[in-house]
Amino acid sequence: MPFADRAQEVRYQNLLRELRCLQCQNQTLADSDADIARQLRNEVFRMIGEGKSDDEIKDFMTARYGEFVLYRPKVESGTWLLWFGPFVILAGGALALVLHLRKRRTGATAPAATAARDEEDW
Amino acid sequence: MKPRALIPLVVFVAIGFFLYSGIGKDPRYVPSPLVGKPMPEFSAPALHDPTRIVSKTSLLGTPYLLNVFGSWCPSCRVEHPILAEYARRGAFKLVGFNWKDEKADAERWLQQFGDPYAEIFTDLDGRLGIDFGVYGAPETFVIGADGMVLHKHVGPLDAQTIEKEILPLLAGKP
Repeated sequence: MPFADRAQEVRYQNLLRELRCLQCQNQTLADSDADIARQLRNEVFRMIGEGKSDDEIKDFMTARYGEFVLYRPKVESGTWLLWFGPFVILAGGALALVLHLRKRRTGATAPAATAARDEEDW
Repeated sequence: MKPRALIPLVVFVAIGFFLYSGIGKDPRYVPSPLVGKPMPEFSAPALHDPTRIVSKTSLLGTPYLLNVFGSWCPSCRVEHPILAEYARRGAFKLVGFNWKDEKADAERWLQQFGDPYAEIFTDLDGRLGIDFGVYGAPETFVIGADGMVLHKHVGPLDAQTIEKEILPLLAGKP
């Protein structure tokens, strides 16, 4: 059963790398040797042959197995923390750093004595 | 102590609670998107008489447990006597989803361990299992009289789970 063209084959390979095998969980459909993964690969192949889009194929999988099959889950209320949590923490760290630096600068300009001692320490 | 000095402690406690809440959860548990929705339309051959067709419509009317099993599945043997005992007592109607199994193997298995199923349909190639989001036997769906999926359990059922999770659901939907 060959692909109609090279583009279909590339789409097939890319989709398999984005879909999770549920039996082995930390493997993609491309990696997994499980029977269910083989079967789902066949389904992906069949749907590509039928002219389904990537989104339609992913919808087919999520309607049956849930968001968990997607290695790149959709951005929605339940995955908000997953997508943006790291950036929130990064922003928090940046804010703390800015505040700290600003305080240190104002602190350094205030009493001349401490400024001089700072230089000695260095 | 300045209140600012407490910030790291607060952050630490918050992260601690967050991580602690994850302990003890089963990482293999995948919530089924089918729960709360009508079960997929299907029609499949009955195990004992493959010319007879079992469908979603033919099973409407009474709530039941749809148990995905196969003669090749070791954990199915673990839950089988428990399910059989509840079905015998009439606690629920039990329907079998014989998944990726040969007729002869399934019938031999049932002969050996007993057949508590009111109805059994087959899915030899596993294609129907995909529509149900099945990824490993045993799995058990609780189906309402109207064909709605009320619950899904993955893995072998034990008496405690049946009492705590399954029976209350059925009691709510006579």
